[in-house]
Amino acid sequence: MSLQLFIEQLLNGIQFGFMLFLMSAGLTLIFGVMGLINLAHGSFFMIGAFSASFVAGLTGNFFLAILASLILPALIGIMVEFSVIRKLYERDHLDQVLATFALILIFSEATRYIFGAFPLFLDIPNLLQGNILLPGEIVYSKYRLIIIIIGLFIALGLYFLINRTLLGIQIKAGQNDRQMIRVLGINISRLYTIVFAMGAALAGLAGALIGAIQSVEVGMGEPVLILAFVVIVIGGIGSIKGALIGALLIGVLDTMARLFLPIFFELIMETSQALSLGSSLASMSAYVLMALVLIFRPTGLFGKK
Amino acid sequence: MLTEKKFNLIIVIGIFAFSLIGYVMNEPYFITLATKIVILGIAGCALNLILGFGGMVSFGHAMFFGIGSYVAAISAFHSMNGDSIDLIFFNFNGSNQMLFNWFLAVIFSMFFALVVGSISIRTSGVYFIMITLAFAQMTYYFSIGWTKYGGEDGLSTYVRNDLFSINTMLPLNFFIICFACLCVVGFILNWIINSNFGNFLKGCKENEEKMISLGLNPYTLKLTAFVISGAITGLAGALYVDLNRFVSPTSLSWQTSGELIVLVILGGSARLFGPLVGAIVFILLEQFIGEVTENWQFWLGLILVLIVLYFPKGVSGLFIKD
Amino acid sequence: MFKKSISTLIVFLLAISYVYADKVKVGMITTLSGGGSGLGIDIRDGFALAVKDEPNIEIISGDDQRKPDIAVQLADKMIQSDKVDIITGIVWSNLAMAVVPAVVNQGKFYLSPNAGPSLLAGKKCHKNYFNIAWQNDNLHEAAGGYASSAGFKNSFIIAPNYPAGKDALTGYKRYFKGSIENEVYTKLGQTDYAAEIAKIRASNADSVYFFLPGGMGIAFIKQFSQAQVDLPLVGPAFSFDQGILKAVGKAALGVKNTSQWSKDIENVENEKFVKDFRSAYGRLPSLYASQGYDTGKIIVSAMANASIKNTDAFREALKNAPSQGFKSTRGKFSFSSNHHPIQDIYVREVIEENGTLTNKLISPGLKDHSNVYVDQCKM
Repeated sequence: MSLQLFIEQLLNGIQFGFMLFLMSAGLTLIFGVMGLINLAHGSFFMIGAFSASFVAGLTGNFFLAILASLILPALIGIMVEFSVIRKLYERDHLDQVLATFALILIFSEATRYIFGAFPLFLDIPNLLQGNILLPGEIVYSKYRLIIIIIGLFIALGLYFLINRTLLGIQIKAGQNDRQMIRVLGINISRLYTIVFAMGAALAGLAGALIGAIQSVEVGMGEPVLILAFVVIVIGGIGSIKGALIGALLIGVLDTMARLFLPIFFELIMETSQALSLGSSLASMSAYVLMALVLIFRPTGLFGKK
Repeated sequence: MLTEKKFNLIIVIGIFAFSLIGYVMNEPYFITLATKIVILGIAGCALNLILGFGGMVSFGHAMFFGIGSYVAAISAFHSMNGDSIDLIFFNFNGSNQMLFNWFLAVIFSMFFALVVGSISIRTSGVYFIMITLAFAQMTYYFSIGWTKYGGEDGLSTYVRNDLFSINTMLPLNFFIICFACLCVVGFILNWIINSNFGNFLKGCKENEEKMISLGLNPYTLKLTAFVISGAITGLAGALYVDLNRFVSPTSLSWQTSGELIVLVILGGSARLFGPLVGAIVFILLEQFIGEVTENWQFWLGLILVLIVLYFPKGVSGLFIKD
Repeated sequence: MFKKSISTLIVFLLAISYVYADKVKVGMITTLSGGGSGLGIDIRDGFALAVKDEPNIEIISGDDQRKPDIAVQLADKMIQSDKVDIITGIVWSNLAMAVVPAVVNQGKFYLSPNAGPSLLAGKKCHKNYFNIAWQNDNLHEAAGGYASSAGFKNSFIIAPNYPAGKDALTGYKRYFKGSIENEVYTKLGQTDYAAEIAKIRASNADSVYFFLPGGMGIAFIKQFSQAQVDLPLVGPAFSFDQGILKAVGKAALGVKNTSQWSKDIENVENEKFVKDFRSAYGRLPSLYASQGYDTGKIIVSAMANASIKNTDAFREALKNAPSQGFKSTRGKFSFSSNHHPIQDIYVREVIEENGTLTNKLISPGLKDHSNVYVDQCKM
């Protein structure tokens, strides 16, 4: 394998990592601030993709579609927070699991009812089609490069938001000590609504960006949700930095395992077995990494003890 | 309002009566539904030992369910095809005897529970949820690629295994076998929960420090409960293979783990037979809404949300007085 | 007057024959909710369209949720409680592997409108199991044959890591005369193919063959096109079917795919089917709908020649349906000794027609194609 190809694959891994980060950031924020396990986060991913696809079909404008993927999930997020989620903060994690599992059923079936059973269309704009030549003769997809850049911006934006703004101070206060924000006289329920809507919007954005290069269909959120949980657990729950590092680790590991494990096993066994075993192990790699991290650091890389 | 004992009795008799009605009315499908309720109820009650009483939320119990299923199915598969598995010391020919396959399923799931539990119990809370998921996902992806036993296509055993000279293919006979298992499991779990061990386990959930100060080792206590729970879940898995004459990686998927948790919470995690009630409610809802509308998942979701919001003690909490 | 009484008599006789014909209960187990439900809905609709003028067929349908255990339990319910005579409808191989043995062992018929796993064609074939669609390897074999005849010498082939994926690539290799540059198995359900596509670009292959059903295929084709890799892509019909094409978009234009059916196959049945389907459901029929339709028509044909009460006669009637009145939408059709289709498999190309993406037949592909498992099947 040439060096260029290796670097391209490394970029692919990083890009996959940033995709996961977009999804995980909202999840870890909601968990960190409100202590809520939100299984329905994947549904916002799906809602984002569907609203983008719908708006793109209507207007033909990708940027309006992206805007819709932020606004609609946020609005639905606010509605759900008001009607259901709000009653769950004081409850056991288990009640949250059951309620948000039920929300998945509701959202998936409602989406299918509205948009039908077949996948929808969403494509990237012509401007971003094709490749770009990076220094060192590396050919790389323009759109994937954009995803990396958006991911970086959002990581920086969240860092700025949490460390430099009033809302961020409130969020941090909420993470450290829920009593304290009450004492400080902060309107908690408003803070919670804002954080939940923000998480939903981030998931929706991820859904639209990823939907444009994958398939927009009912149930697209759940596989990503499971990986996003893996990411935030590796990073340590509640930590945005942890989510970023966890996402990049998983992205790169998964890509490299897919590439190299079959090649590696081919050295020691017969080809067809090697291909099958290699790809089985590659599918497991994210989970193996998570188990290893938790064995040595039971609260993740950046989690609080 | 009822005492828990009376309530349990009513539930168990109710399930039995439901299948008898199916028999009398010549609606064998009622019996199949009752059998499914019993089997998933066993798995749910086993999960509840660690979840409701031990405070350990395992999101990987499908692993034990699936391992129990696969072990029983593989044994039956070899017995049917007449080819043996070459183990270093002897050749294993497989078996079509239920008792023996149950035994194998329990032993294997115990072993896996011991390994997974001894690693996972070092973590707690959400981290415990996720590490158990991680192990289950590993077995899931392994089973998909393991083409010798069907991979994603799964493995058919065609007929049910034998138990003494009972005709297990008759729905009512098989139901009674599963029902007997449920009763035995119920007695064992009841005994465990009310024993010293059970009290210590509940103590661990409340306050681990206190248990340590009493000179107990919470790690060993929790691990023991985890292994017992895994073993019983494995038994349920073996029964599920006989119900369907088939096993596939779906049994090992995270959706299955999630459904087991849903049964527990829906029925009420503070009660011995809460998960059994959860299984009754879930399966009957799925069945009857599914007959009415194609969009049954929407209505099921709505009902589940309402139950969580307004009946926090689960369905069994509606009937039982403390 | 005379004419009128004759026609009255005919109507009367027909009515009597309907009254005395034995009712056939059909259990339709298919995926109606969640991901992949589009396929199940098409099979159901195609089947319903085929039997809508046959008053003696009663359909009982059930949603398998794409879960094998639910599918088996539905089959048990339909056989034990609803007393169905025939079960059909399943989309996925892994569900078929679970349900078919359970159905045929209870003495009922199973007619497969979509899945055709190799085990059920070979060692585990059964006299009460009929496949109306294809054996799983068929479309891939035709793709291999097409790739050879198109002059490709070196293929990069890719499929998910599960039994149907391995069968697919084996089938392709069986008929492809060139060499294999690389064989890649991906995670089932994987949706990001950047790494695989980079590998393809860096390889020396002159063609790419992929089998990635459902959302996996949509993702792959879009990403392949976005990456502007300049290699011809070949796939089985599943990723280019009517229901899925509009989600793939223009990325699919020009791609060659293999199929036993296409909406522009010229015969009376097919024209009628396409027209009726459009007017009944307001959309173009898919491959799955055509298979559901043929399944329905085979049952109707067998009912005209035998009573369902006589299992052996009905089985013969099913088997001989192609020569006793059943006309397939795909043209020539007969059963091999293991009850799988012998049929032509065509090569199609994705084109744009009045603003809609659809397929056009471009070459006949494999003629009178059967399957390689015939010899393994002892009934």
